[in-house]
Amino acid sequence: MLRFGHFSGGVHPKGNKNTHFYPTVRLDDFKEIHIPMSMHIGPPCTPVVKVGDLVKVGQLLGEASGPMAVPIHSSVSGKVTAIRKEVSSAGRSVEVVLIESDGQYTRDESVVPPVVTDKESFLQALRDSGLVGLGGAGFPTHMKLRIPEGKTAEFLVINAAECEPYITADFRQCAEHPDEIIEGVMLVMQYLDIPKALIGVEDNKPLAAEVLKNELTKLELRQNLKPDITVHLLKTLYPQGAEKMLVYSLTGREIPSGKLPIDVGAVVLNVSTVRFIAKYLKTGMPLVRKRLTLDGSGLTMPCNVNVPIGAMIPDVIAHAGGNAAEAGKIIMGGSMMGVAMDRPEASIIKHNNAILVFDKKEAEIPQETQCIRCGRCVEACPMHLMPTMLDIGSRNKDVEQLEEYHVLDCIECGCCTYVCPAKRYLVQSIRAGKGYVRQAQAKAKEGTK
Amino acid sequence: MLQVSSSPHIRDSATTQRLMLDVVIALIPAILASTWIFGWRVLLVTALTTGTAVLFEYLSRRVMKRYNSIGDMSALVTGLLLAMNLPPTIPLWMPVVGSFIAIIIVKQLFGGIGQNFMNPALAARVILMLSFPAAMTRWAILAERARSATAVVADQTGRLDLIATATPLYIMQNQGDMPTYLDMFIGIKGGCIGEVSVLALLVGAIYLIVRKVINLWIPLTYIGTVAVITALAGQDPLYHVLSAGLIIGAFFMATDYVTAPVTRNGQIIFALGCGIITALIRLFGAMTEGVSFAILLMNLLTPHIEKWTRPVPFGGRKYVKG
Repeated sequence: MLRFGHFSGGVHPKGNKNTHFYPTVRLDDFKEIHIPMSMHIGPPCTPVVKVGDLVKVGQLLGEASGPMAVPIHSSVSGKVTAIRKEVSSAGRSVEVVLIESDGQYTRDESVVPPVVTDKESFLQALRDSGLVGLGGAGFPTHMKLRIPEGKTAEFLVINAAECEPYITADFRQCAEHPDEIIEGVMLVMQYLDIPKALIGVEDNKPLAAEVLKNELTKLELRQNLKPDITVHLLKTLYPQGAEKMLVYSLTGREIPSGKLPIDVGAVVLNVSTVRFIAKYLKTGMPLVRKRLTLDGSGLTMPCNVNVPIGAMIPDVIAHAGGNAAEAGKIIMGGSMMGVAMDRPEASIIKHNNAILVFDKKEAEIPQETQCIRCGRCVEACPMHLMPTMLDIGSRNKDVEQLEEYHVLDCIECGCCTYVCPAKRYLVQSIRAGKGYVRQAQAKAKEGTK
Repeated sequence: MLQVSSSPHIRDSATTQRLMLDVVIALIPAILASTWIFGWRVLLVTALTTGTAVLFEYLSRRVMKRYNSIGDMSALVTGLLLAMNLPPTIPLWMPVVGSFIAIIIVKQLFGGIGQNFMNPALAARVILMLSFPAAMTRWAILAERARSATAVVADQTGRLDLIATATPLYIMQNQGDMPTYLDMFIGIKGGCIGEVSVLALLVGAIYLIVRKVINLWIPLTYIGTVAVITALAGQDPLYHVLSAGLIIGAFFMATDYVTAPVTRNGQIIFALGCGIITALIRLFGAMTEGVSFAILLMNLLTPHIEKWTRPVPFGGRKYVKG
């Protein structure tokens, strides 16, 4: 039987959903954009345009190589001014296509609705659309939806939890496009033959659940359609939106260590991902724009924006009253799991859902002190690990202890560090610990060869 | 320059210092109650233990060339807890020795805050008690507070305004006249500075629980275990609960972060152990009091209990190497 409970552990950071009621603003005023050729897990794309070429919105810029890659398209119309290596927001050196925008946003002729008749053509269309999971990990969606032989998908779990503080982009997606969200859910259910869909929303966003339920009622009244889609309010508890926690809260099933949702019969998609699927099948416009939340103490006008992928972060935050030069910290993503950037000059990528700008004061890092063994990290860990023991193991580079305490199960949600009264840098230390274990494992593997 | 650091980028407002300050605040009612019961000497002893505890913390860190740690207020808490565990009639040099044992030997020699393997204040109390049994068990309360049942032993302090007494447990074991439940609850009885007024201790304990500094697992398991075992042994469990150091031990000593397990199940086993040992000492031991020894013994088992009670990671299955 299905159970609607919640996982144990987790924390209650201040929501800071300041942008909740601000409708998304479309930003088009960008002179130059930088489109990285790698915005997904998997090998980077090969540019198919040359310097001087004129490109239009939706035109193919980078050809995908291999099954784990997805193509990359132009988000503006204009002229390719350079193709060069740049350091990406993730700190890697990637090839970037620079385009000088003509401000016209002329649509490319190749943008036509794809012909989708069955599962294969559906997955092919998703690949061609350049879609990656929009929740944050950047995993190509067509690969995620390729259900391995011998496994069955019983549930489609739609992640609208949005448990990260500050971020409201998914909420705005629900509020502004509930029809396309439900449509997307039905498409995935139809082509992948998944009998049931569960949409999980944290209970601090009852409006999102309400509008989605309304859509379902409308479908029933107007078209007499009754898809098996249910909307569930989940306890507002970080990290409710983490894949393993969400599946557990909605289905009562625990994804085993090192396994995927499909191992317990679940397929998890972000709410923005399914909405994109619906839109793409109707218009054929690939993934070239992204909705994201701009917030933080370094911005005077927090807001939700819809920007072309490849827009430079300083230009984007300027719209929200931010100044990259005066910022204390710029975070790509949320305040709990986002990445602090070492310099603002990077582009908005496909799976960006927020840019947070902290002023100098908020950016200050607390002084680390000795662990007082209060056990708060152990209580808070949604994966039921012992962060304090992992911290000790990592600092001693004690691979045995790290493995004994299951370091590789850590999802780096940040709960332990958030609650620590001694302000220990637990996630940082545990991440290093994972590295030691992986190194040791690689070494052991080599030894057995 | 942008600040670069690992996620998460926001932190809870709780700090070690604030937690320690909360414990200090929670102990104030007990000290005030004790001053009312025993007189001004309580404040003198408390000032001595806290002052010297902080001083020893400062000096030892200085000598070891480590950062100054008195700001985290843990030494202040240790000093306060030590005062709580001393009789108000104690000779004034003894609290200084106690602070030395607690801060230098038990805490700093093992690495300072978070590293001590047993509760510093309790360790100091037990060493003092074994070294100076007479001075550590001389009970006396203010004459004007004394009621019928308390005047049992002759006044040894020589002070006219104090009336010597015995602790309720001693009276019980020697079939004397027990103080009433109400007197025991308010604190009109013999005992250490911090242990007499159950009412004042509970006020502090509620504050700690409301502030989420401690949870109820350890105190309730501990007190419940003692009550059940003493009841099974045919004694009055309520007297046992209200007597001696059980309340302060359960709420303020056994809940010490450093020396109790960090896992929930571990905390319950730890508290069960404390309860069993306390009850056994009280029922069968030569000493009247078992709380200090029970907690110290369980402190020593903490690392093992923690290992036995490691939580099963989410996703159940055992982690497979490679």
